[in-house]
Amino acid sequence: MANLSIADVTLTFGGLHALSSVQMEIQEGMITSVIGPNGAGKTSLLNCISGFYHPTKGEIHYDDHRLTKASPHRVSSIGIARAFQNLELFRGLSVLDNLMLARHQKLRYSLLNAFIFWGKASKVEAENREHVEEVIDFMELEPYRKQVVGNLSYGVQKRVEVARALTLAPQLILLDEPMAGMNIEEKEDIVRFIMDIKNEWDITVVLVEHDLGVVMDISDQIYVLDFGEVIGSGGPTEVASNAKVIEAYIGEE
Amino acid sequence: MKAPDTDHLLSLSIPQLLRWRVEASGNKTALREKDFGRWISYSWDQYYEYTRKTGLGLQQIGFGKEDKIAIISDNIPEVLYVAIGAQALGGISAGIYQTTLPDEIGQILDSLDVSVVFCNDQEQVDKVIEVRDKIPNVKKVIYEDSRGMRGYQSDDWFMFIEDLYELGDKIHQQNPDLFEKLIDETRPDDVCHLCLTSGTTGLPKGAMLTHKNYINMGLQLTEADPLDPTDEYVSFLPFAWIGEQMNSFGVAMATGIAVNFPESVETAMSDLKEIGPHFMFGAPRIYETIRSQIWLKIDESYWLNKLCYNYFMKIGEQAARYRMTGEKMPRGLRLKAWIGKQMMFRPLINQIGFLRLRRAYTGGAALGPELFTFYQAIGVNLKQIYGQTEIVGIAYMHRDGDVRPDTVGKPLPRTECKISDKGEILSRSDSVTPGYYKQPEKTAELLEGGWLHSGDAGYIDENGHLVVIDRVSDVMHNNRGEMFSPMFIENRLKFSPYIKEAVVFGDQRDYVAALINVDPIVVGKWAEDRGISFSTFMDLSAKPEVADLIYDEIVKINRNAEKDHFKIHRFAILYKLLDVDDGELTKTGKIRRKFVREKYHDLYEALYDEDISEKQVEAFYQYQDGQTTTVQTKIRFYTMEEN
Repeated sequence: MANLSIADVTLTFGGLHALSSVQMEIQEGMITSVIGPNGAGKTSLLNCISGFYHPTKGEIHYDDHRLTKASPHRVSSIGIARAFQNLELFRGLSVLDNLMLARHQKLRYSLLNAFIFWGKASKVEAENREHVEEVIDFMELEPYRKQVVGNLSYGVQKRVEVARALTLAPQLILLDEPMAGMNIEEKEDIVRFIMDIKNEWDITVVLVEHDLGVVMDISDQIYVLDFGEVIGSGGPTEVASNAKVIEAYIGEE
Repeated sequence: MKAPDTDHLLSLSIPQLLRWRVEASGNKTALREKDFGRWISYSWDQYYEYTRKTGLGLQQIGFGKEDKIAIISDNIPEVLYVAIGAQALGGISAGIYQTTLPDEIGQILDSLDVSVVFCNDQEQVDKVIEVRDKIPNVKKVIYEDSRGMRGYQSDDWFMFIEDLYELGDKIHQQNPDLFEKLIDETRPDDVCHLCLTSGTTGLPKGAMLTHKNYINMGLQLTEADPLDPTDEYVSFLPFAWIGEQMNSFGVAMATGIAVNFPESVETAMSDLKEIGPHFMFGAPRIYETIRSQIWLKIDESYWLNKLCYNYFMKIGEQAARYRMTGEKMPRGLRLKAWIGKQMMFRPLINQIGFLRLRRAYTGGAALGPELFTFYQAIGVNLKQIYGQTEIVGIAYMHRDGDVRPDTVGKPLPRTECKISDKGEILSRSDSVTPGYYKQPEKTAELLEGGWLHSGDAGYIDENGHLVVIDRVSDVMHNNRGEMFSPMFIENRLKFSPYIKEAVVFGDQRDYVAALINVDPIVVGKWAEDRGISFSTFMDLSAKPEVADLIYDEIVKINRNAEKDHFKIHRFAILYKLLDVDDGELTKTGKIRRKFVREKYHDLYEALYDEDISEKQVEAFYQYQDGQTTTVQTKIRFYTMEEN
């Protein structure tokens, strides 16, 4: 079974421990959530997985690939895609262009081919577009296809961000607070999309999220981080009754 | 291509007509659907093939003659495959609005004896599941989009449409003549669809419509306004509404035009732009929205554009008046209008996808007269239609060169119209429904004496146009028995910018009289501009200058009154605005006529006593905190001079 294993990962910035001895097993075909208060190290963890940071100590493996020192583009080429918390989109480009561009990594034709846009180039681009259209259909972005991203509402931009990650046809998707700043209706939509990403497209989901209600509803496995340490893990019911978790979230009684 | 022969087509059922289309022009595009960002075409051949797969598949799951299939779906080609496939077996289709709530869906499915339901996606399927135990007759739920349906696959109550196609294909291979034979057995006078009509009380009624009802409507409409088989139509109205079925079953089948399905409900307007339809039907709101968009865009545009637009709009409106009445335009105006069309309006309407639009219709509710002029001015041939579900949507229509905004036009060919003694509009044609499903009493009422009773009051004007006034139950009669609609007259009054609200009286009286609320903002501004000082609304309403202003407005309205007894004879300006909190208006802003008459009984009596020109009244106010106060004021009554 392919999975992502994070073994004893520690990340320090000078004297600051962003992560200390984090241990996680992320199973294929599941929704695994990472929760924790602000500054708990959730985003740092995602950065370690996606190759933006390299852990000071410990190992990260995905299947047989060692990600510990891998660069971001290598991580994405082995099937791990990431949707960012602070939208990393080209605000001046249309939704379609943003998504097409996200696939550039998968394009295989020469510069000369690109100039004359004939033969291989046009064929590959057509295939690409087909793939992108599937994602547009999946994320229900049809009404916005040709609109400039900067003009869209925040909720829709978030959806485009998730779509951008999906166009890479990943096996595992890292979602960094996809519901932050959304109203209830937009949240419900995103939840449905996350469920469908798992169920329809068989993509493993790693979800970093603040909204506890949502996390409890849809996660198969939950890890709770506090001050860079895993203070609890397990299924939703298990985590909800964990004394340390309650303390971190609600404070002492 | 064979020349269509009306009588021959009328002798066919919808599936037979589909087969006839295949023989006549099998390769031509019949349907087009936008999916994954591309327009995918289906020829008449393919249309027929899919209908066959669906029909035979349905037969395999035990659907047969006179069984009912309900369709809860966005507009997609599969809706037509399913509906016509079921009709080919002698079955009956029925559309349910996608917005209907589960409980109501359950009640409808139950009352229409539905045995199979077709849903386009999980959202609709889930609603049916919610009422599953209340609909024991439903044997199968067929879905088109498999997304989110993974959990239901083990339950054989559900069926994916591809599996249905497969079933149908298998039977077709075993017995290639079966479908043809089934189609041969259908008759044009068989009921093929149950169309829900909104009942004011209780559940909607299912109007039974026959193959002939639909085909006749399509043929008669295009007899008056011909369409070419190469024309395009965009299907964006809800399928459950007669306004969509009359086009996809009636008009498209009768003429062979292509039906285009938008990608999603939200993209309908931009997809419309890509198709550029020749034929379009919509509720007034669509036309109002598009006009607002044009205004907005022009407003944001740069000065030269605005200048040209304003200039040519005036020219266009002048030209529109000639075009609507069919009169000959003076040469100078014609030249200017031509320049305006080429320079301004063709590029403009191209932006909204109306450049090729030859036949645009509005129906379902009244459209302001200025909207007709607007669309005619920019070169869109917008016309009013009138009809109802029970006569397949359209029975009356404006003709080219004879567009009168205040009428609904003339009957379609082979449609008879009569006004009953009570003033009700009655119609008779091959498109009239045989009745409501399982409601013989309602049917007898509807079709009394062999005429379709519309429930609307109206009259035929001197040009032979039908004018719809109001619902029969809302009209009044003066003491000479002449009919008028208070709402109709009130609306005329409210077209004046100075009049905010009006209450018209005259039931069993000598003449029509009105209590009027002036518009505080517009009239206030008007008074300021003329240096007329006032303090409160009560003060403003009592100004003799304001009374003169309103008097002149009523003179204008009376001059345009269709009939003498519609003219307002006496009026008074009320000292307070009618308000919901005071019980004078309903929550939706309609006047509670009886209550107003009781509350202002003195004024009402004075309106009908021509000797009274002034009256001292006590105005009673209740403030928000419950305190009350009484103010003495004088109210004047004005009698209109005969003109």
